[in-house]
Amino acid sequence: MTWIDLKSDLAAAGYIASDDLTMALHLSMALGRPLLLEGAAGVGKTQVAKTLAEIKNTNLIRLQCYEGLDAASAIYEWNYQRQLLSIRAATDQGVSSDDIEERIFSEKFLLSRPLLEAIRQVEPPVLLIDEIDRADEEFEAYLLEVLSDFQISIPELGTIEATSRPFVVLTANGTRDLSDALRRRCVYSFVEYPDRRTELAILDKRCPGLNARLAEQIVGFVQALRKEDLEKKPGVAELLDWAAALAGLGVNDLAQDPVTLQASLVCLLKTQGDRAAIPTEVAQRLAGKAA
Amino acid sequence: MQVTRFPVRARNTADRIAGFMAHLRLNGLSVGVAETEATLQALAAIDACDAGQIRSAMKAVCADNADRYARFDELFTAYWMNAGRSKDGKAEASTHQETASGSRSRFGILEETKRTESVGNHDQPDEQDSDEEVGSSGEGRLIASRTHQSERQDLREFVSPEDIKRAELVAERLARCIRDRRSRRRRMARRGVGLDFRRTVRASISSGGEPIRLFKTRQPDRPVHLVALLDVSGSMTVYARVFLAFLKGLVSADQRTDAYLFHTRLVRISDALRDRDTLRAVNRLSLMANGFGGGTRIGTNLARFNDQYAAQMVNGRSVVMILSDGYDTDPPNMIARQLERLKKRGCRIVWINPLLGWQDYEPVARGMAAALPYLDHFAPANTLEKLGRLEPYLARI
Repeated sequence: MTWIDLKSDLAAAGYIASDDLTMALHLSMALGRPLLLEGAAGVGKTQVAKTLAEIKNTNLIRLQCYEGLDAASAIYEWNYQRQLLSIRAATDQGVSSDDIEERIFSEKFLLSRPLLEAIRQVEPPVLLIDEIDRADEEFEAYLLEVLSDFQISIPELGTIEATSRPFVVLTANGTRDLSDALRRRCVYSFVEYPDRRTELAILDKRCPGLNARLAEQIVGFVQALRKEDLEKKPGVAELLDWAAALAGLGVNDLAQDPVTLQASLVCLLKTQGDRAAIPTEVAQRLAGKAA
Repeated sequence: MQVTRFPVRARNTADRIAGFMAHLRLNGLSVGVAETEATLQALAAIDACDAGQIRSAMKAVCADNADRYARFDELFTAYWMNAGRSKDGKAEASTHQETASGSRSRFGILEETKRTESVGNHDQPDEQDSDEEVGSSGEGRLIASRTHQSERQDLREFVSPEDIKRAELVAERLARCIRDRRSRRRRMARRGVGLDFRRTVRASISSGGEPIRLFKTRQPDRPVHLVALLDVSGSMTVYARVFLAFLKGLVSADQRTDAYLFHTRLVRISDALRDRDTLRAVNRLSLMANGFGGGTRIGTNLARFNDQYAAQMVNGRSVVMILSDGYDTDPPNMIARQLERLKKRGCRIVWINPLLGWQDYEPVARGMAAALPYLDHFAPANTLEKLGRLEPYLARI
């Protein structure tokens, strides 16, 4: 598959990707390396993985990172309750301790978490490791090991080899700087806010049947809004929400109904400060420009 | 930016890519053999006759953070497309003898643009005027992509080894007194100083109320880290020398310290300052500091800092140290607004103003006056000694 095919496949699945992003995606598949995506919130980083799973027609396994995420909740854990029950039952039956040990440290008692699950699939799945920068550095180091060898060693069971190599997508928001070691193992792409044309195409894909003139106004308005001095710039997801909201409210022209426009801005502006920064006059000026 | 010409020896694609990697390394990207290998594999996976595709592909493989990602296109063009400007007579001798014809046609773009200069000086910088003399010392020459200020001063004369040594001492002491902080909370610790009564009493239940196992607590370390922003505009030139040395000291004292220069632009210099090789560090600095000694735009630069770096570098355990005289060409309320934004991250802000050391100085520079409410400490310092005297104040914030 060439990258042009990939691009059209993505588009067919409803994701309009830039050339750089498509190329990064293509290469990470060709080279078998993880793909690291960075960019502001709401530019569609997570969606890349979802779309990819869709066009490859495989499972999407998602690992959401957070501070304090440890190996037990990311890789595997023993099912302690079940082990205890089994020991209790076994001692009642008078089974020898060696047999008990054999029994309780078997696959039956292993709870597989996303990483282990991903390498044990029959078909190579898409493994999405979301917001890796939220996880601690120790976890990042552990992840490196898993991503380079695609095998997990469990002391009681031995090493579990990957039955299929998952396609890994990592996303980061810049909460903290990632280690160089992780960056170097990945194919990297920085996802920007889409430009006007791309955004129109996205809107067209996701909200078909939207009045063409209104769609242009919406995109123009949001693009202008991103240039304002805001704490939290509206992303693509917000744009789509807003478009749906406007369509639902029966708005046909942004400049015509200042009150509704102002009220519907809740879809785009998510902090008190930003709400205050865009009063009705500013919104009207932006709408006027977008029209 | 330094532009590397192709050495005559380059005989195949791998060789040329290796040359390009050297060029990237020279410009601060951390690429190694693994990246070269990946790039070659990547070329095999795409249509290698299309310059756009090759650029995208190399960018995905070689760039590894947002900064470098944004700069990559420029570096790519400078290396592969630059030869178009070189003298035609010499550009001929490029198509190579035993290069397999297959590989030549496959890598169309590499072939087409790889005109080699017959003197294959690997490290020679780009010349803008072809008649300009290039010294044979192999030192980098500065080419500003956008010249903000015609007067360019070399930072080499600003950092002497003795200065660095003295500054390092002062800076290290300062950095340490800022960094060492204990949390107010107590956590369980095996070798703690205090007793954890709650836990001890709880554990004593199993021994019939006899506290046999003692649990201890201590206050864990919560190191504070420094972010320093140094103003190197015209009005600060006299102090730049000592401050820069000071910054170098701060950065080498603590791995997590972050340093920036600003004048009309903001440049991150932590990595450059951390360079072990002092001469190379200074070279890299002078590359970054085009516009040194020009006008100041404190507000704009603070805004840029807030937008680009603050999210990663500044948190509740940071001390942001601004070294500037507060003379600004931006509107005064801009500094205040940006400081307010910065303050929201929970950091402490220290402003060190060399002019404050003068007798009868009042912060009349309007920007400075507007900034005052947001500062945790506003201190004078125009020499290294005075910087050293800040220690007790900084220890308290």
